[in-house]
Amino acid sequence: MDMNIPYTVEERPDTGLANGKLGIWLFLASEVMLFGALFSTYIILRVGATEWPHGELNIPLGAINTVILICSSVTMVMAWASLKMHQWGRHRMFLLITVVLAIVFLVNKYFEYAAHFATGEGPWHSTFLAVYFTMTGLHGLHIIGGVIVMLYFLGPGAKLYQKNPDQFTNRIEYTGLYWHFVDLVWIFLFPVLYLL
Amino acid sequence: MSGHDAEHVQKALKTYLMIGVSLLIFTGITVGANQFHFVVPVAITVALIIATIKGSMVASVFMHLNQEKRWIYGALVLTVFFFIVLMTLPLFFTLDNIGTAVKAIPAAAEHTGGH
Repeated sequence: MDMNIPYTVEERPDTGLANGKLGIWLFLASEVMLFGALFSTYIILRVGATEWPHGELNIPLGAINTVILICSSVTMVMAWASLKMHQWGRHRMFLLITVVLAIVFLVNKYFEYAAHFATGEGPWHSTFLAVYFTMTGLHGLHIIGGVIVMLYFLGPGAKLYQKNPDQFTNRIEYTGLYWHFVDLVWIFLFPVLYLL
Repeated sequence: MSGHDAEHVQKALKTYLMIGVSLLIFTGITVGANQFHFVVPVAITVALIIATIKGSMVASVFMHLNQEKRWIYGALVLTVFFFIVLMTLPLFFTLDNIGTAVKAIPAAAEHTGGH
């Protein structure tokens, strides 16, 4: 009996897609609804509030983090493109840079959070900060998840490239789709929380 | 992305870099526009338009949505539909005054007191 999982590389005749591709997009669809629920909650709370604070967040640090995530999206797509061009060394370099950028993002976030907690401004302090910590906290967890997956592909998961390079390339593509989605969420979080 | 060969990807590299630079420029515009202190509805509109442009660039180029299969588009059409429903929900709450209870309390109390 063939125990291999089917359609990891070749496309299914009915969908025209490898199973993993459709799977990651369905997962991202559920993620859209998860973050959509939080954005919807934000709108309700903001419309219902008599006043909404401005200037409580560190805009330069938020902008720097936006730049970092955009750069990490570029390096992620380059990591995938390098695999497609059979450039293993360049793939590893770009994936490593993506991980480093993600960690720098998290370090910046740590400093932002620490500054708030140092002045007693935790999520309990105001509705705005509750929204801020919930949304950026969930986003931060997604960053950590992405880092774990990328580290796996830099470490033990890299062995798959020797056995089945096409399957490995597909896995990096799916990781990239997830990572670009995390970047996309931040593109909306930054103006909504920091600027408006 | 489906059916990309090495040659096609090689040509796309320049596009990826250009989109990356464009995203950085739009980020600068977003922060710059914030310095003008527009009235809130204008500020929200400007910020969300720029964010939507940036999001579209990421989704279409980096996530290759500009050349995907119809099953992916089908799943995303459903997602967009339910996302719009989700974003419309606050409107119903507002119309119901559920979301504006804090503002409504003094007026309601005054109204009740008068009768």
